[in-house]
Amino acid sequence: MASNTYDAIVIGAGHNGMIAAAYLARAGKKAVVLERREIVGGAAVTEEIFPGYRFSEFSYVVSLLRPEIIRDLELPRHGLKILPLPSTVTPLDNGDYLAGWDDHDLTRREIYRHSPRDAEAYDEYSRVMARAAKAIKPIIGLVPPDPSSLSWRDMKGLLKLGQYAHSLSEHELYRIAKLVTQSSADLLEEWFELDPLKGTKAASGIIGTYLGPRSPGTAYVLLHHYMGEIDGAFRAWGFAKNGTGGVTAAIASSARALGVEIRTSAAVDKVIVRGGRAAGVALANGDELTAKVVMSAADPKRSFLQFVDQQHFPDEFVQAIRDFRVRGSSGKVNIALSGLPDFTCLPGEGPLHRGAISISPSIEYVERAYDDAKYGNFSRQPYMDIIIPSMIDRDMAPPGHHVMSCFVQYAPYDVAGGWDDTKKEAFGETVIATIEKYAPNIRGMIVGKQVITPRDIERIAGITGGNIFHGELLLHQLFFMRPAPQWADFRTPLAGYYFGAAGAHPGGGVMGAAGKMAANEILKDWQ
Amino acid sequence: MPELSTVHHPLYQLRRTPFHARTSQLCLPHNWRRWGGCIAVGSYDLGLDREYWAIRNHAALIDISPLIKYEIGGPDAARLLHRLTPRDIHRMQVGQVYYTGWCDDDGKLLDDGTVTRIGEKSFRLTAAEPQYRWLSMNAVGMQVQVTELTEQMAALSLQGPKSRTILNLACEQPVDSLKYFRMAFNRIAGKAVSVSRTGYTGDLGYEIWMDAADALVIWDALMAAGHDYGITPTGILAMDMARVEAGLFMLDVDYTSASHAWIAGQRSSPYEMGLGWTVNLDKQGYFVGRRALEREHREGSSWKMVGLEIDWEGLEREYAAVGMPPQIPASAVRGSIPIYTGPRQVGYASTSTWSPVLKKYIALVHLQQPFHAPGTRVEIEVTVEHHRRKSPATVVALPFYDPEWKKK
Ligand SMILES: Cc1cc2nc3c(=O)[nH]c(=O)nc-3n(C[C@H](O)[C@H](O)[C@H](O)COP(=O)(O)OP(=O)(O)OC[C@H]3O[C@@H](n4cnc5c(N)ncnc54)[C@H](O)[C@@H]3O)c2cc1C
Repeated sequence: MASNTYDAIVIGAGHNGMIAAAYLARAGKKAVVLERREIVGGAAVTEEIFPGYRFSEFSYVVSLLRPEIIRDLELPRHGLKILPLPSTVTPLDNGDYLAGWDDHDLTRREIYRHSPRDAEAYDEYSRVMARAAKAIKPIIGLVPPDPSSLSWRDMKGLLKLGQYAHSLSEHELYRIAKLVTQSSADLLEEWFELDPLKGTKAASGIIGTYLGPRSPGTAYVLLHHYMGEIDGAFRAWGFAKNGTGGVTAAIASSARALGVEIRTSAAVDKVIVRGGRAAGVALANGDELTAKVVMSAADPKRSFLQFVDQQHFPDEFVQAIRDFRVRGSSGKVNIALSGLPDFTCLPGEGPLHRGAISISPSIEYVERAYDDAKYGNFSRQPYMDIIIPSMIDRDMAPPGHHVMSCFVQYAPYDVAGGWDDTKKEAFGETVIATIEKYAPNIRGMIVGKQVITPRDIERIAGITGGNIFHGELLLHQLFFMRPAPQWADFRTPLAGYYFGAAGAHPGGGVMGAAGKMAANEILKDWQ
Repeated sequence: MPELSTVHHPLYQLRRTPFHARTSQLCLPHNWRRWGGCIAVGSYDLGLDREYWAIRNHAALIDISPLIKYEIGGPDAARLLHRLTPRDIHRMQVGQVYYTGWCDDDGKLLDDGTVTRIGEKSFRLTAAEPQYRWLSMNAVGMQVQVTELTEQMAALSLQGPKSRTILNLACEQPVDSLKYFRMAFNRIAGKAVSVSRTGYTGDLGYEIWMDAADALVIWDALMAAGHDYGITPTGILAMDMARVEAGLFMLDVDYTSASHAWIAGQRSSPYEMGLGWTVNLDKQGYFVGRRALEREHREGSSWKMVGLEIDWEGLEREYAAVGMPPQIPASAVRGSIPIYTGPRQVGYASTSTWSPVLKKYIALVHLQQPFHAPGTRVEIEVTVEHHRRKSPATVVALPFYDPEWKKK
């Protein structure tokens, strides 16, 4: 069938897959994206779960999406708008709150109210983190080198690759080296005394990991999230118009305009290998497509243990992929509301409702939430990152009504006794009860709620293990070791088969870097 | 649900100074700026003329409460400041005020402000930015208490040739004997104040420090005493013009604090900022940045901040070429402008302003060695009807304006 012949086949219409295809099409290649679901977007989708109420079902805030991709693919022309998400409020058990506003002076004043010492430390901490993020950021845009050993000298050499890293002193480089090995609790305790400040900052170091704030390596995750960027402004998180699905809708529209064909309800069963090269794919419905190259933008386990017969890979590679940690630890509860919840710490409608609300009163609280998970339970008092998307984009819910997005940790993939309806309901109830402590009127307004466990992430979004980043952002799963040592350059041991999604360098989040860089490498190899 | 207005929520807005009840009544154009986390009046009139001329001809009353203020007390208070700043604090007398910058270990400026010796073992430090952390880090092992007074202490600056007359009327004790850069306790409207003969305008002037609770009573008393002498509430925009004339620089405008700098080249030493006179290398003992400053003193600095007077004729020529008279902004401009000799850029201006009292267009400029010698002829970029031109200018020593009555 002539129509089933392409230059390139991309498996998975997550944002990375579509971005890769768009770049290939831009270079004149005939590309097709195959998606198992009936909709595109992967973990970046908007769905109307209850009539009239639209949810960013999984991923809910945007900051890492690479600006050059936005420009290259002309995403604003295809509808991309990233609206500001200006603040984070942490409600406290004593009825007070700690806020981080989008204004330096206001934030300083707020922290000062609780701790003058921390108010100053905060300024310096922000500068140190901004410098570290700036130094590490260029690395995200680089194809990782392949150092033979992993001494700190190499790590430092790697850091030095960043074009900006030259401006750093030895002293700063050591600080960064420390940052990538420390626990976020250790890092934050060096700076601050205020519990909710430490708790809230530490939380961003555990997102998507199966670790607690006291586990080494979490400081790096914290920094990873510090690298968010909107229009070149460091560290601003935003909310996409029409939810996160708005981002992937824009990418799909741009890809199609460039000539990419996107097929939905087209699950890939196998990669066809001919003469030691990837030569096409076989779909679950029996169709076969052929192409010069195949790229997987699904998770690493599927890409290497399911789509391709293992005889095509060296044993150690297969072992590395087996060892790759993809255990999901986060859940989401999406709630449709008939009104706006009133928070006792800041009564009435106000700026709190337009930003993030973080349930993270202390490091201790978050660490205890982890303790539950360590022994296979969901947290009885979970860490949560809540936003009310309908306050940022009024099109997300009917007028006067609201949608609330609650990102929850921890919810282990392999919860003791397994996830069934009763356990899911209990998890959902824990989340509502936790919010109720700070916003007592919420329960009466609930029109519907969708509870998502890592099992659901796996089932709906097709991410093996349900880890939000396709694999934890741990130091030993990053840079030149993501997804496996020696194979971080988007090539795989099978000729003609490439890999470019969240499980590849530089990691998860709606960032697009993996898809774009994989396309570049494919084009470099093109004969 | 009750609508919680963002505007009125006390914690979702900048701080107001203790004078807000008065200043907000008078700030007719709603021209507010931010300063140190507070809202501060930019100007009370739509134009700056009246306020500027109050500084130079009568007396301007300026709310300077946003300044960051610390009280440093205890047996080691002097030791801490001696270690922190390049000045010889041990030699300071009670009632004396020092202007100083302070540096990091590389001898690069972190901030600048005044140190006042209130008593044998107590000092007041003002700063543009919070310094509590830096002070604490340097006070390790010392017997000293650092207390921030920023919000408890209100401050007014009374600047201009008539300021002494007005203070003599308002204060319990005459201020005639108060010398330049000295401080004395006094009372206004029955309230305790300290008055220092300091300011940020290069004119005769005083700064009045008081408990925040007494702020409005003292404001009213000064306004009443000054009524017949032209006292004028003045915003920070007019002060900005005056401080350039006085050759005084501003953090984050004319230099970048070493703690904010992204790259080494953004940092400045006291020598480069023309503060060599505050660096006392003969003083006893260590102070932060000492080794680096000794080296720079020995080897010389590669840059220096100096004054620049732009030739009016040159400016007229450039504008005349397109058929216009020279166009000069009506307030100080905080923006970098390149300075050249021939095709080569040798520096930049950080703040430029029209000087109404000197009738000159002036700028604070940062020039490479050797171009900072007074009398050097350079060119400054001017944008004439959207086209970049160069206009001749002359390097001069600072300050531009130094009235004889300032120190008398
Ligand atoms: C609950 C949750 C919350 C998150 N929150 C955020 C956030 O707020 N901000 C942020 O930046 N990131 C967040 N993330 C992470 C982010 O969403 C992901 O890292 C990112 O979307 C991954 O994109 P991708 O294109 O690499 O892969 P995916 O989006 O996972 O796309 C992979 C695609 O492959 C498809 N696929 C799988 N198997 C097959 C097959 N056999 N045949 C065809 N197609 C197949 C899948 O259906 C899917 O569409 C979150 C993730 C989750 C799950």
